[in-house]
Amino acid sequence: MARFVVRRLVSMLIVLFAVSLVTFFIFQVLPNGDPAVRMAGKQPNETQIEAIREEWGFDEPVYVQYATTMEKLFTGDMISYFTQLNVVEEIWKGLPRTLALAIGAAILWMAFGVALGLYTAMRAGRVSDTLLTVLALIGISMPVFWIGALMNHYLGFELTKTLGFELFPNGGYVEFTENPLEWLHHLILPWIALSILFIGVYSRVLRSNVLDTMNQDYVRTARAKGVSERQVLLRHVLRNSLIPVVTLWGLDFAVVIGGGAILTETVFNLQGVGQYAADAIGQLDVPPILAVTMFGAFFVVFFNAIVDIVYAYLDPRIRLEESSA
Amino acid sequence: MSGPTLLSVDDLQVRFRTEEGTVHAVDGVSFEVRRGEVVAIVGESGAGKSVMAMTLMGLTRSPNAEISGRAHLGETELIGAAEDELQAIRGDRMAMIFQDPMSSLNPVYRVGDQIVEQIRAHTDVPETQAFGRAVDLLREVGIPAPEERARAFPHEFSGGMRQRALIAMGLSLEPELLIADEPTTALDVTIQAQILRLLKRLNTDRGVTTVLITHDLGVVADIADRVLVMYGGRIVESGTLDQIFYDPQHPYTWGLLGSIARLDRPRADRLAQITGQPPSLLSPPEGCHFRPRCPHRFSKCKQVPPLEARGGDGSHTDRCWLDPERKQALRTLESGEIGLEEPAA
Amino acid sequence: MAARDETLGPDRGGSEFSPSLEIELTAEERRAGLAGAGPYRLAARRLRRNRIALSFGGLFIVLVLACLAAPLWADHVAHRDYRDIPGSSETVTKGGEEVFVVGLDGVPIGPTWRGEYFLGADGSGRDVMVRLLYGGRNSLLIGIAATLITTFLGLAIGLAAGYLRGWVDNALSRLLDVIWAFPVILLGIALGTALALGGLKIGPLEVSGSSLAIPVFVIAVVYIPYLARPIRGEVLALREKEFVEAARAQGQGPLRIMFSEIGPNVVTTLIVFFPLLVANAVLLEAALSFLGAGVQAPEPSWGTMISDGVDRVVSAPHLAVVPGVMLVLTVLALNVFGDGVRDALDPRAKVRIEH
Repeated sequence: MARFVVRRLVSMLIVLFAVSLVTFFIFQVLPNGDPAVRMAGKQPNETQIEAIREEWGFDEPVYVQYATTMEKLFTGDMISYFTQLNVVEEIWKGLPRTLALAIGAAILWMAFGVALGLYTAMRAGRVSDTLLTVLALIGISMPVFWIGALMNHYLGFELTKTLGFELFPNGGYVEFTENPLEWLHHLILPWIALSILFIGVYSRVLRSNVLDTMNQDYVRTARAKGVSERQVLLRHVLRNSLIPVVTLWGLDFAVVIGGGAILTETVFNLQGVGQYAADAIGQLDVPPILAVTMFGAFFVVFFNAIVDIVYAYLDPRIRLEESSA
Repeated sequence: MSGPTLLSVDDLQVRFRTEEGTVHAVDGVSFEVRRGEVVAIVGESGAGKSVMAMTLMGLTRSPNAEISGRAHLGETELIGAAEDELQAIRGDRMAMIFQDPMSSLNPVYRVGDQIVEQIRAHTDVPETQAFGRAVDLLREVGIPAPEERARAFPHEFSGGMRQRALIAMGLSLEPELLIADEPTTALDVTIQAQILRLLKRLNTDRGVTTVLITHDLGVVADIADRVLVMYGGRIVESGTLDQIFYDPQHPYTWGLLGSIARLDRPRADRLAQITGQPPSLLSPPEGCHFRPRCPHRFSKCKQVPPLEARGGDGSHTDRCWLDPERKQALRTLESGEIGLEEPAA
Repeated sequence: MAARDETLGPDRGGSEFSPSLEIELTAEERRAGLAGAGPYRLAARRLRRNRIALSFGGLFIVLVLACLAAPLWADHVAHRDYRDIPGSSETVTKGGEEVFVVGLDGVPIGPTWRGEYFLGADGSGRDVMVRLLYGGRNSLLIGIAATLITTFLGLAIGLAAGYLRGWVDNALSRLLDVIWAFPVILLGIALGTALALGGLKIGPLEVSGSSLAIPVFVIAVVYIPYLARPIRGEVLALREKEFVEAARAQGQGPLRIMFSEIGPNVVTTLIVFFPLLVANAVLLEAALSFLGAGVQAPEPSWGTMISDGVDRVVSAPHLAVVPGVMLVLTVLALNVFGDGVRDALDPRAKVRIEH
C-alpha cells in the first residue's frame, strides 16, 4: 500500500507541473495578439500596458516568462488590473464560501443519488422506476445556472412576496461566524440547485451498478451461506456497487470546487472563488482567471490522487495493478 | 456406509413462465439421499440439475418460477417453507458450493472474513473465535499457511485454492448435507483430481453427506456411491456406481458411458457421440424426452415411461420402455459402438 | 445451453431463463427470424420500436429545423432583425393598440402572440422569438460542430494511442490526463477568455476573437479526453483479437489496420457517445455564453439570452424562462434519444459520460 501511495504522489507532481505548463500556454502562448494588451483587460490604457509588459517580462524568452508567471502566482504577487486587488488574496477570501457550497452539495447529492439509485434498482422495470428515471434525465438536462436563477427568483423573491415572510432568501451569503442559522438558510437553495444535476447522474450510475452486482456469483454465495437478505444487500450488493461511485464522487467534488461552482455562485450571489472568476470574465480581466484556472486544476489533480489512494484501500485488487504507467 | 434417509425429494417440479411459454426445468424428480452417502447427479448442461439443487436450497426465487412437490431435509420441509426458516437452514444444515470459484467470493473482503460471515450468520460465536475456526477450516482442506491465507483477498488465491476455500466455507457449520454443483468444471484437470479427493476424504473421514452435480461421468467414478442420471428435467436412471457403470439400463446412459475414453476397454477408433441436440425445455418432446435422439426408439416411447426398478432389490431404476432382454441385446459396452445402431421398429 | 442464474433479482421485464446466451434476442425478434441479422440491423430495428426514443429524436430534429428557419421567420413573419437594437420609440401593435416595445419604465413588452414580437421584446427592444431562433441556430451549430471536431480528434488520438502504444501512447495519454485535470467549465472559461480579445492564429489561419469558431474550438478541445480515453481502452482490448493478428500476419501496415479492422468495431462506441456529446456541448456553450466566455454580444445564443434574462428577471421573467426551456428540451431530447440508441445497441452497455 505504501508503495502505491508513493507512486501515486510522484505521478501527481508530474501532472501538476504539466498543468502549470498548459495554463501558461493557454494564456500566454496560444492567443493571438499582444499579451500585455490582453492582460490589461477590456479597457486598457497605454502606460498600464507598458508597465505590464515590464512586470511580466513579455519581451523575454518564453521560459523566462513562464518562470515569472509561476513566481507571481506562488508568491501571491499578482494583481488584477481592473480591480487593482491582489488576486491570491481574493481567492483566499472566497474559498470558504466555495467550500461551503461544494461540500454541502456533495453530501446532499451523494445521499439522494444513492437512495434514489437503490430505490429504482429494487423496483426496476416498474412504473416508479420509469418515472424516476425520466425525472433523473430531466435533472441532467437542466443547466444549473438557469434552474438556480429561477429558483432564486421564484422561491426566493416571488414566494417571499406572496407569503409575506422569507421562506427562502433571495441570494447572498452569510458568514457562519456571524449567524450559523442564516448561513444554512442562505445555502439551502444553492445546494439544491447544484445537486439536481448530480443526483440525476448518480442515481442512474448506482442503479446500473446495483443491477449488475445483484447478478454476481458472490451474491449468490452469500445467500447460500444463509446470510439475511438485508445483510446481503448492504454488505455485498451496496458495498460493491458503491466502489466506482466513490471515485466518481471524488472526481465530481474536485471539479465542482475547481470550477463547477462558478455558475451557482454567480446566480445566487455567494461571492466565492467561482463568482470572483465569473466577474473577471465579464471584463476579460486575465490575472484572476489565470490564477483560478491553475489553482482549480491543481486542486483537482491533488484531490484525484487522494481519491485514488482511498479507492485502492477500498478495493484491494487495484493495489496490485499499478506496476507500470 | 448408508444410514437413515437424510434428504428425500418427491415429485419436485420447477417451471418458469417466460415470454415464449413455460419452461419445465425440473419435471417430476424423486429421489433419496441417505446419511453418509455420496450421490452423483449426472447430466448435460441444461438438464435441470442446477435448478433442482438451487430450489432445494431455496435459492430459486424468480417471480416467474412455479415450484411444486415436496422435499425434506430430515424432518424439515424445504418446499414452500417460510423464507426465514430456509435462511436458518441454508449454510447451517445444508450447504452448497458452486461452479465458478473465481467469481464466487466477494473480491473486497478477506477470505477469512467471508467464512466468519457464514459462521456468525447462524451462531453467536465472537469474531476472533470465528476467525480462528476459519483458519482451522482452511488448514483442513489443505491450504498451506492458513493463518496468512485467511487474511488474504480472493484475487490472491489460485482457482484450486479458491475452491478449497469455498469448500471450507461450506463446511464451517458442519452441515448435514453438502451440495457441490460442478465444483471442478472450471478447474484444470490436475486440480480437479485434488478437489475430488478432498471431497471424498471429507465424506469418509467426517461423514459429510454429499450430493455432487456434474456433467462428467469420469468425475463420478472416483467418489460416488450412487448415481442419478438426469435428462430433460427428469431422472432417467438411478443406481449404485457399479450398477450404472457395469449394467446401465438407459440408452442415454449408454451414450454417456460410450463417450468416455475408458482404460479398461479396448481402444476404439473414435469416441461415440450422442447425436442431436439437448431437448428444448420449452416444448419438450412428447413422451420420453430422449426419444428424438434415441437410436432404439419405438412406438411406445410416445408415452412417458415411468421410473421403475428392473428386478433385483429395487435399488436400480430406469425410465425406459425397452424390456431387460432387449436392452441386453442392444447394449454393447464397446466404446465407439453405442448409439450407432439403426432405430428399432 | 445453460440455465441462467435463477436467484432472486428484480424482474427486469424479460425472461430470466433464456436458452440461448449469445445474442440477446427477445422472443419477438426470434419469431421475426432475426437470428442471423447483423448487429446494426438488429439495433436499428430495436430503435425503431422504441417509440419514446424516436419521438424525442424527432423533437430534436424539429428544433433544429425551426432554428435553421430563423431567417425565414425574421424576414417574413416578424420583420425584425436579430441583432440591431431598434430606436427607443419603436412601437408595435398589441391588443389593438400601439405600444412602445420598451416601455417608459424600461420594461419590455410581453408576448403579443402575433407575428411581430411573438414572444415579446428583450431589454434592448429586440424581438425575442427572432433572437430565440437565431440563438438556437448558433447554439446548435456550435454544439454539433464542436462535437464533430471532438469526434474526429478523439478518434484519431484514441486509435493512435491504443494501437501504436509505446511512446506515442505515453505522450498522448499524458496530454489527455492534463486536459482532463482541468474542470470542464474552468478550461472553457480559460480558453474562451484568453482567445476572446485577440483571437486565434494557427499558422496561416487567423480567427477573430468574436468569431463563433472560437467557442467551437474551445468546446471541442475540452471534450476530447471524454471520447479519446474510452476509445483508447477499446482499441487496447481489440488489438489482441484474432482478426487483428490475422491482418498483421498478412502484412497490413498499422494505419491500414487501424482503419479497416479496428475502426468499424469502435464505431459502436462513437454512435453511442455522439448524441450525449452534443448534449454536453450545447450545455457547455450555454454556460460559457452565460458567463461571457462563449458567444460574444451582440450575437445571440440561448446562454446569452438567459444571462440577459436573469438580469431582468424581476420585471420580465419570461426572458429567462423561455430560452432555458428551449435548452432543456433540446438537451433532454438528445439524452433520451442517446439512451435509446445505447439500449438498442447493447442493453447492458456501461457507457456513460461524466459531467
